Amino acid sequence: MRKSTRQIYQALLLSFSLLLFSAIAFAQNVVTGKVMDSKDGSPAPGITVTVKGSKTATQTAADGTFRISAPANATLVFTSVGFGQQESALNGRSAIEVSLVQTNQQMNEVVVVAYGTRRRGDLTGAVTSISAKDFQKGVVNSSEQLLQGKVAGLEIITGGGSPGGGSKIRIRGGASFKASNEPLLVIDGVPVESNSVSGSSNLLNSINPNDIESISVLKDASATALYGSRASNGVLIITTKKGVRGKVKYNYNTQLSTGVIGETVKVLSGDEVRAIINADGNTNYTTLLGTANTDWQKEIYRAAFGWDNNISASGAIKNIPFRASLGYLNQDGTLKTDNFKRFTASLNLTPKFLDDHLSVSLALKASNTKNNWANQDAIGAAIAFDPTQTVKSSTGKFGGYYEWVDGGGALIDLATRNPVALLNQRDNKSSVNRFIGNIQLDYKIHWFPDLHVLFNFGIDNASGRGNDNIDSASATNYKTGGRKTHYEQKKINTITDIQLFYSKDLKKLKTKVDVLAGHSYQDFVTKVKNFSSFSYRSIADPINPQKKDTIAGSEQNFPTDKPEWRLESYLGRVNISIADKYLVTASLRRDASSRFAKENRIGYFPAVALAWKIKDDLFKKVNVLSDLKLRLSWGSTGNQDGIDYYSYLPYYSQSNNAAQYQFGNTYYSFLRPSAYDPTRKWETTTTTNAGLDFGLLNNRITGSVDYYFKKTKDLLSVVPVAAGGNFNIELLTNVGNMENRGVEFTLNTVPIKKTNLTWEFGFNFTYNTREITNLLKQEDPNFTGIPGSGIAGGTGNNIGRLAVGYSPFVYYVFKQVYDPSGKPIEGLYEDLNRDGAIDQKDRYFYKKPAADIYMGLSTQVTYKKFSLGIAGHAAFGNYLYNNYHSNNAVFRTIKNPIVFVGNASANYKETGFTNNQYLSDYYIENASFFRLDNINLGYNWGKVLRGRASLRIAASVQNVFVITKYKGLDPEYTRIDTQNPNIGDEGIDNNIYPRPRIFSLGINLDF
Amino acid sequence: MKNNLIKYLTGTLVLAIVIASCAKKLDLYPTNDLTPEKAFSTAAGYKSVLAKIYGTLAITGNAGPAGNPDISGGLDEGSQVAFIRMFFNCNELPTDEAVVAWNDQTIHDFHNLRWTNADPFLKGIYARPIYNITLINEYMRESTDAKLAERGISGTDAADIKKSVAEVRFLRAFNYWVMMDLFGKSTFITEDDLIGSNLPKEINRADLFLYIEKELKAIDADLAQAKTIEYGRVDQGAAWALLARMYLNAGVYTGAIKYTEAVTYAQKVIAAGYTLYAGYPRVFMADNDKAKDEFMFAVNCDGLRTQAYGNTTFFAHAACGTESSEYGVSSGWSGYRSTSALVNLFTDNTGATDKRAMFTTSKYGTSPAQLIITDISNFDHGPHVKKYVNVRSDGGPVSDSKGEFADIDFPIFRLSEMYLIYAEAVLRGGTGGDAATALGYMNNIRTRAYGNTSGNITAGQLNLQFILDERGRELYWEGHRRTDLIRYGLLTTGTYLWPWKGGVSSGTAVDAKYNLFPIPVSNIVANPNLTQNTGY
Repeated sequence: MRKSTRQIYQALLLSFSLLLFSAIAFAQNVVTGKVMDSKDGSPAPGITVTVKGSKTATQTAADGTFRISAPANATLVFTSVGFGQQESALNGRSAIEVSLVQTNQQMNEVVVVAYGTRRRGDLTGAVTSISAKDFQKGVVNSSEQLLQGKVAGLEIITGGGSPGGGSKIRIRGGASFKASNEPLLVIDGVPVESNSVSGSSNLLNSINPNDIESISVLKDASATALYGSRASNGVLIITTKKGVRGKVKYNYNTQLSTGVIGETVKVLSGDEVRAIINADGNTNYTTLLGTANTDWQKEIYRAAFGWDNNISASGAIKNIPFRASLGYLNQDGTLKTDNFKRFTASLNLTPKFLDDHLSVSLALKASNTKNNWANQDAIGAAIAFDPTQTVKSSTGKFGGYYEWVDGGGALIDLATRNPVALLNQRDNKSSVNRFIGNIQLDYKIHWFPDLHVLFNFGIDNASGRGNDNIDSASATNYKTGGRKTHYEQKKINTITDIQLFYSKDLKKLKTKVDVLAGHSYQDFVTKVKNFSSFSYRSIADPINPQKKDTIAGSEQNFPTDKPEWRLESYLGRVNISIADKYLVTASLRRDASSRFAKENRIGYFPAVALAWKIKDDLFKKVNVLSDLKLRLSWGSTGNQDGIDYYSYLPYYSQSNNAAQYQFGNTYYSFLRPSAYDPTRKWETTTTTNAGLDFGLLNNRITGSVDYYFKKTKDLLSVVPVAAGGNFNIELLTNVGNMENRGVEFTLNTVPIKKTNLTWEFGFNFTYNTREITNLLKQEDPNFTGIPGSGIAGGTGNNIGRLAVGYSPFVYYVFKQVYDPSGKPIEGLYEDLNRDGAIDQKDRYFYKKPAADIYMGLSTQVTYKKFSLGIAGHAAFGNYLYNNYHSNNAVFRTIKNPIVFVGNASANYKETGFTNNQYLSDYYIENASFFRLDNINLGYNWGKVLRGRASLRIAASVQNVFVITKYKGLDPEYTRIDTQNPNIGDEGIDNNIYPRPRIFSLGINLDF
Repeated sequence: MKNNLIKYLTGTLVLAIVIASCAKKLDLYPTNDLTPEKAFSTAAGYKSVLAKIYGTLAITGNAGPAGNPDISGGLDEGSQVAFIRMFFNCNELPTDEAVVAWNDQTIHDFHNLRWTNADPFLKGIYARPIYNITLINEYMRESTDAKLAERGISGTDAADIKKSVAEVRFLRAFNYWVMMDLFGKSTFITEDDLIGSNLPKEINRADLFLYIEKELKAIDADLAQAKTIEYGRVDQGAAWALLARMYLNAGVYTGAIKYTEAVTYAQKVIAAGYTLYAGYPRVFMADNDKAKDEFMFAVNCDGLRTQAYGNTTFFAHAACGTESSEYGVSSGWSGYRSTSALVNLFTDNTGATDKRAMFTTSKYGTSPAQLIITDISNFDHGPHVKKYVNVRSDGGPVSDSKGEFADIDFPIFRLSEMYLIYAEAVLRGGTGGDAATALGYMNNIRTRAYGNTSGNITAGQLNLQFILDERGRELYWEGHRRTDLIRYGLLTTGTYLWPWKGGVSSGTAVDAKYNLFPIPVSNIVANPNLTQNTGY
């Protein structure tokens, strides 16, 4: 007992001494400091500062400053997305300044990936993440355009100059030809449908680009397979800006712009048309000629004004980090009457509760977009309308506009309409509200902190409505006394996710393991209201006098419709990191979709990837080499977007009122069975990817090379079915195979990096080739493919095909014969099969719409307070069918057989064709191009308003020039049609809204 | 610890409930469309499917005039899958009666007698009859006595459905006749061939002839008596008329002549009491339903409720240019006209004597210069045919006040043809008839055509050439000419040449394979049971 008492005393004494000692040794000082971006010396806000080995932490304020209590000999650790981690020993200092370097730390950048985030250095799949600072500059109305030319393997083509218009987005060329080729979009954890809602040309325009923090482009199966049946075309993950702890800071930016039309389609002048008609001498036509020289394209275009304003606040209130923003955009189109307005509001809250065990992330985005749609028929009409006529006529009919009438004064139905009247006599407005909201509850279990549970509830609600009214005087709807049409549609997409994350650092094995298991349920409902169209005047309907002003044929079968589909999924992923050198990722998703019959509803999509950090393993001491990593991945993904919700079922549908049959004196509506394929299932794409990431000279040069091979099977294709075998002669069924292969190369360098001068240069290159390897259930040597690519002119003329051995929509044409001077001889083609007759069998496959090579480049020079950025992109090996020339550049369009005068493209002077030669390969033109997208100049003014704010000024020119051999207006042609997602892939140039050249001036204030 | 266990259990339970509640929600059905059980649950449902089966001859899909086609396959709904328009393109364009100025794909190949097995128009007209037959087979499967009893349909409803089954069997026979006439052999499916099961088989021309003949005779008792059914549906008269037409061409179809049977069935129709409707032009006007006593079967069109670009709307628009108001339509499509060979069948082509010569218009006289086609693509060349006009003979308003869609019904079988079959079969040696009756029938036609007896012929004038010419004058643009020229051995040979036959302005002989159309290659690709016609 005595002995033990002494021992206790000794122990107490020792403890006390230790305590005293430690109190001296670890005396707490208040340390103040400032963190700056090494790149330009600007303050770095939102950097987490922790005392190494303790739980003490704070964040830097808007001006980069911080205060923290730390022992005098402590080491401070600075971490942040974008800067990575950096340490600084205090060595007794109580004030410290730290410069954080971005590039050196880029391997530590956190990248948003499928269901989580990863350090860039630990990525095993082909993922490119672009953050706000690298976005495309200038006037960007729709978020996807932020990425144009920035990412290897990603092709973005805007649909033309329409403000707020959509783009064609293709990751590695697209894997389908009948289902959609658009990538899956995930906005803050909510996968959204790419299909648009009535009243919107492009749902992506409802997201304010200023609210976007980063966009991750997931390309290979390892990166995308967790999205399973919707991932074959790649995934874009959009993450919006979040608040950071610290003082509330504000940002205001405004941008003014003017867009002007550069070139227009070259057509004949009034004098030239007069000369041609007079030389022909037919008095039926010469008497029709006017005396004017109207440039109709000049009449329909204008300089377009745009104004974009954004204000945001970001910081923390009572420890709740938040970011809130408001945006207002008002953008005119260069086509007269075209206008797009957008109001956006967003709020992100990221509080933590329960000793930081519960992280909550609330993201709310609301927007209202208003479109005033210009009638784009005016674009084609302006090219085809008789330039000898004036805009207005003296007759006073048709609202005073000149229109083609016959000798009796009656309107010629099939004549071209006055382009200016098309614009002014149609009032087509829509308004779309969209709300995307989700809440994520991430709970780190108290008694088992290795495990997180994450609940994600999200909703995407888009509702569009509009009125499309055509004036009663308009020649287009003269007979019905104008037309008033109202439409409404709502799309509601809800998601419920549960995910479990388990992570364990097995220190003895030098192995880290992360496991994810999850369940997801998503429901997509469309609510449609159907309305009849009405006339501005009562029309006597002999059969239904009570209907008064309802336009016959516009009556709807059903007042409403509610198509719906659902997706239920299980997903799992394991990440293993061994010795921080060898990384393994394996994942599996099981999807069940309501779009398929029970037997085929379920699909499994596995993926596995390996990465080897070669630098850390073999070249640790080679200083020139700062990074070298090999990635290998294999995985399987699916595609179902674009498939009808119910067509695996046999069902009967009712005909409309204009499709009835008379028995006796009664008219009966039809019930018609639809063709159906109960065996329909997912398209499956297997992707193999090999990639090498490298960094040289302290990562002043970084880049990656990827080779990929995508094999798609069970490709949904509309294939001929035996007549009599089903209720149609073709059926959407799983028969096709296609292969995509390609190489991507990305290089980012900083050739100059001095205190006052930085020069950055980025370049990316993609080579992609696609080949259809099968289209039929049974092989057949006589099968020449499935016709596609409908063109303007004639009826039912197709210029392209889906054919085995070729890229999709390869052109299928006659081989033009030329005279010795190189002029095409009208109607003379080579008899390719030498059977003595020129017929369908002499058509051949020639070129294709898709580019073999596309690339992007951008450079940025910063000198003191000035910065200059230039960005451009190019495509090679892409061809276009010049439908403007084939349809409009013939004598027949000038002297129209329906007895009116029209105009022709100037190409008529080269061919002299009398009749259209739609299927001649003469009209297939090389559309390779280089486009300089943007030149922007910025000036960092510095402090203004007595140091309370800092100001930046920027000026830019967008769509600066295009270099191409293509003879049409714009070689970068695509069409956006949400109902027919692949229409833009068909390579037919026939009605482009010219992309304007835009000059803009912007001011950015931080305070 | 106990507390933790409860937490675990609660958590697991919540997860399990949430997940389980999702799994069963994947069976979704369309809101407005009907499952087959629902569609056929009432007699009204049957009638709507029956309307569809008849309606496939008049319009092209479930939305008039276009937008929801029955047949897709990359084909143009208005021009390539419409029954009437394609029936016309196949039977009139290759002949002296019609030529087209447009540039639509391969349309020139028709008059040039130069089509290939890749022709999209042929793909359309191969698909249309087989599609109709597929619908008919399904209707028959749903209309068995057992199914009706199971669905509680009885009494007059059940009786009417039973009658309608005989009608659809007639329509199936008619569609097979189209296949037999155009393509020779055909895809062959009956009510025993279920959807999506085995690949359909092929039937050769002679067997198909026997099948159609057998079917038409089998339904005779179930069809309504001739001239008794409501307008728009078929009765015995239609079945007999089809038999008469088939027997007249039996030599072409099977190699064995059946003129006696042709006489028998033509006479059967004539004896049923059909009469010629006074005033030939009125038979093709907007209110030609009034001519129902002349029709055994007509396809009903209506400018508001039965709209399509490929029914009689096509005739009224395509045949005119700026003179469209005379055709009762708002616009001319300026494409189809005739050749001088048809006009020259009339001794007086002004229409002053023989009212059937409906070529002249106020703008386009039939002066020799305008009869000649020197440029196929120039619609000003060649005579315009003003046979189908969307104007009512009683001067009343047509259904579609905008003048876009026509009310004209398209006669498939009418009495004149039966007279002509009778006469030709008698002249070719068929028994059971006589030349004097034949002469009388011919003069019935001519008396109506002239409005008096001034155009009547004598026994000496009645010969086979006269009948061919008279068929040209009486039945032009009604889809008979190609069959007639083949029967007379004139379609491909050098015996009879017309402008631009074979693609040459003076006309030329072509390969005999053009007496049949090729099986469109896409069908052979999709169905290896099918074989190609000789020469293609």
